Amino acid sequence: MMEDLAMHILEILMNSIKAGAKLITLKIKDSLNDDIIEFSIEDDGKGMDAEMAARAADPFTTSRTTRRIGMGLAFMKGLAETCGGSFQLDSTPGVGTIVKASVQKLNIDTPELGDLGEMMMESIQSDEKIDYVLEYTTDYGQFVFDTRIIKEELAGVSLLEPEILIWIKEYINQGIEQAKEDTQQ
Amino acid sequence: MKSLEDLKKMREAALKKVEMREGGKDYRVVVGMATCGIAAGARPVLNRLVEETANNDYNCVVTQTGCIGMCVYEPIVEVFGKEGDHTTYVHVDPEKAARILKEHIGEGKVIEEYTVEAARKENGNA
Repeated sequence: MMEDLAMHILEILMNSIKAGAKLITLKIKDSLNDDIIEFSIEDDGKGMDAEMAARAADPFTTSRTTRRIGMGLAFMKGLAETCGGSFQLDSTPGVGTIVKASVQKLNIDTPELGDLGEMMMESIQSDEKIDYVLEYTTDYGQFVFDTRIIKEELAGVSLLEPEILIWIKEYINQGIEQAKEDTQQ
Repeated sequence: MKSLEDLKKMREAALKKVEMREGGKDYRVVVGMATCGIAAGARPVLNRLVEETANNDYNCVVTQTGCIGMCVYEPIVEVFGKEGDHTTYVHVDPEKAARILKEHIGEGKVIEEYTVEAARKENGNA
């Protein structure tokens, strides 16, 4: 069920949401020149102490108390290791958490990047009060999406209006496609 | 091409709609998006609901919820009406989701065959 990178990232975004984040910054570097897809997810949620952070990527760890599910970090760490990349987790209680991971872009085990627009739409839809910054960088260009700018433009109209959710998804995917285009040629 | 300018137009259109309705939407459509729902295929259902609602201007909001404890019946879509009426649709796929919007939200008709009650009867544990 974890078909593409977007779904892996979505799991981490959900962790940030559950940790009470107000602002989540997602940076993705997608570079053929460096043969890497690198991403970092930074939040201002409640964070974890050193002991919990050390165990967080262990598949037998979870922040949930109702049921023992919650494998987002473990899956991502496994993915990074399988695909010739790296995984790093830094967390400070009361400050927030940064998850950094990378995969080799051309590694045969590296999944598709997936639908980042849909991923963002789904994450935004789960709680519109949370703000997001998405920064997507390629060898040729960069696309930046910031919900705070969107909210300012909308001035009080909800992000959850279906027309606006669809617009967000399409706007992001369009921006990402543009950033992928080689304008030098 | 999409640009931030679009948002101004969409904002005005959304405000106009709110004025027309006075007091928000008639229905709330809720999709179970816990692990159980997603594993059963809730993600395309949610996307279809959002798309159909935007394209046909159905009088509802589409939101997410967690696990409601009936994992074998996922994907589950619940429809809450303004008068406190509540219908639980089970084993929903994108096609069924479109029909639920058209008939339930659009025409006010509950689709009995998709409800949890119908599914329970079929399983012989009504």
